[in-house]
Amino acid sequence: MDLEKGLESARVVIREDECKGCGLCINICPEKVLFEQKHLNRMGYHPAGYLGTGCIGCGFCFYQCPEPGAITVYKKGYVGEEVER
Amino acid sequence: MAEKVLKRADSFYPIFERKGGPTPDVTHYCPGCGHGVLHKLIAETIDDFGIRDRTILISPVGCSVFAYYYFRTGNIQSAHGRAPAVATGIKRVFPQSIVISYQGDGDLAAIGTNNILQAANRGEKITVFFVNNAIYGMTGGQMAPTTLIGQKTTTSPMGRKPGNEGFPIRMSELIATLHAPIYVERVALTDAKNSTRVRKAVRKALQNQIDNKGFSFVEVLSVCPSGWKMTPVQAKEWLTQEMIKAFPLGVYKDISDEIEAQPAKGNVFSVQGLREQLNLPEEKVAPATPVNKTATPEKYRNPRLKMAGFGGQGILMLGLGIAQAGMDAGYEVSWIPSYGPEMRGGTANCHVNLSTERIGSPLVTRPTVLIAMNLPSLEKFVDEVVPGGLIITDASLVTQPPARKDLEHLSIPATQIADELGNTRVANMVILGAYIAYTQILDQETVFASLPHFIKQKSLIGLNIQAIKKGIESISSQIKN
Repeated sequence: MDLEKGLESARVVIREDECKGCGLCINICPEKVLFEQKHLNRMGYHPAGYLGTGCIGCGFCFYQCPEPGAITVYKKGYVGEEVER
Repeated sequence: MAEKVLKRADSFYPIFERKGGPTPDVTHYCPGCGHGVLHKLIAETIDDFGIRDRTILISPVGCSVFAYYYFRTGNIQSAHGRAPAVATGIKRVFPQSIVISYQGDGDLAAIGTNNILQAANRGEKITVFFVNNAIYGMTGGQMAPTTLIGQKTTTSPMGRKPGNEGFPIRMSELIATLHAPIYVERVALTDAKNSTRVRKAVRKALQNQIDNKGFSFVEVLSVCPSGWKMTPVQAKEWLTQEMIKAFPLGVYKDISDEIEAQPAKGNVFSVQGLREQLNLPEEKVAPATPVNKTATPEKYRNPRLKMAGFGGQGILMLGLGIAQAGMDAGYEVSWIPSYGPEMRGGTANCHVNLSTERIGSPLVTRPTVLIAMNLPSLEKFVDEVVPGGLIITDASLVTQPPARKDLEHLSIPATQIADELGNTRVANMVILGAYIAYTQILDQETVFASLPHFIKQKSLIGLNIQAIKKGIESISSQIKN
C-alpha cells in the first residue's frame, strides 16, 4: 500500500493467522466494519476480517484484541510504510 | 494515542522463541483472554516511556507464568505468590530499574496474600499489576478467593456460599487501608471507555515508579472465558454486569501528587554491576592455568565424586578441598554439601564435580568416585557408583570390602594415619592425598597452595600438609606392594 502521501482514510489490517476468533473486535467496532470470516485459519479459528471500507481509526478493536500483533490500525494521515513485525 | 498507527509494541519480542512450537508468533492465552490485552497496554507504556532497557518484569505462577516469553525486558519468574518479594530484592539492589510484579488472583490473593500485604506495607517502590478474573484459570476453573458469591466453579459446583467459603476478597480496599502505598486503583477491561481507564492506570502506576514515589497497585478486572465457560463476548458482559458489582471500580488511594518526583539514584542493572554487588572478580575468559588433561589416566578424568561419612569427619571440607584445588588448577568445579541437622555424629555427604567442560548439574547421582569414611556410607551409596568406578574407604572404620566386584577399591587406614600424626580430624586430608596421588587428577603443589582458601585456622595448615603427604605416601607404598 502506498502510504507516502498520508492515508486519506483510516484502515485496519488483520493478520488472519494470528487471530483466535474471539470476536471481541467485531463486538466493539462502532462502525460494524469487522466480521467473522467463513474459512478457518491455521489454528482452526474463524478469523476476523475487514469489509475494506468504513474504518474510522478509533483503535477500539486494537485495545480489545489480546494478541500483540493480530490487529494494526492505521489512522487517517498516516505517513510511511506498512508496518512489518 | 497521538501516534498515527496502533501496532505490535516493540517491548514484545517479534517472534516468541521461548514459546516455540508451531505458532511462535501468537501468545499461549485462550481466545479473548484479558492477560493479552493488559500485556499490550503494559508493553505500549514501556515503549512510550522509553524504559525497556531498565524494566524487569516478575511473572507469577498462573496463566501469566510465561510472561517472559513475550516481554522484551528483563524477566524473572518467581515462586507462587512470591513476586513481591523478588521485586523487593531487585528494586533495592537496583533502585533505578523499573520493577513490575505481574500477578493473578490465585497468586496474589491466595498463596501470596501476606507477601503482597507486607511489600505494600513496606512501601516498596514497585508497580504491581493484579489481574483479577475471579477464578483459577490455569488449573481448570477452580474457586479463587475472589470468586463471587453464587459463582459456579469446579470446586463450588453449587455456587460459592459465604457460610462455607467466605466472601470474595477485595484486595484494593485492603491495600488502600495501609499507610505506605501511594496509589491504589481498580479498573476493568470491558468496553472502550473502561479500557482507556486501564491504559491510564497502567501509565500512572509506571510513572510513579519512574518518579520514585512509592508503591503503586492496579487491580485489573479481567475475563476468563475458558474458566467461566462463556464466549469472550458473553464474558465481557458478565464482567460488566456482575463482577463490577462485587468489585467496585475506582481510585481507592492516591497520594502520589503529594510526593515530589525524585528519580531514583543508585545502581542500574548490568552484568558488571552485579559482579560488583556480589564482590566477584573479573570474569576469566580462559582458565588461569590450563588443565593438563593428559597427565590424568583417562578413566579418572572429569570425575563425579560423592563423599560420605559421619558428621565431624571433615567430609564437607574434603569435598571443598578437592573443589578448591580443582578450581585453582583451572577445572570447572561444583560442590554441594548435604547434611543432617546435627553438627556432630549425624551423617554428611557432599557432591563434587571436576570437569574440563562446563558443568550442567552440580548434583552427583551416578558417581565415578565414592569416598566412604564409614561403613553405613559405603552401604548407602555403593549401588550408585558407575560400573568400573573407584571406591576409596577408610580402612580404620570400614573393615569389609564392598560387595560389588565390578569396582576398583582403594582402602586407606586414614584415621589411623591421622591419629599417628596427633589429630584424627585430618583423616580427611589423608584421603585427599591418597585420591590425588592415585588418580593424578591434581598435583600436590596446587593442593597445598589452595589450603589457605578453605582452612580458617592458619596454624593447622602445616599439619594438613603433613596429612596429605602421608596420604600420597600410602599410595606409593600400596603400588610398590
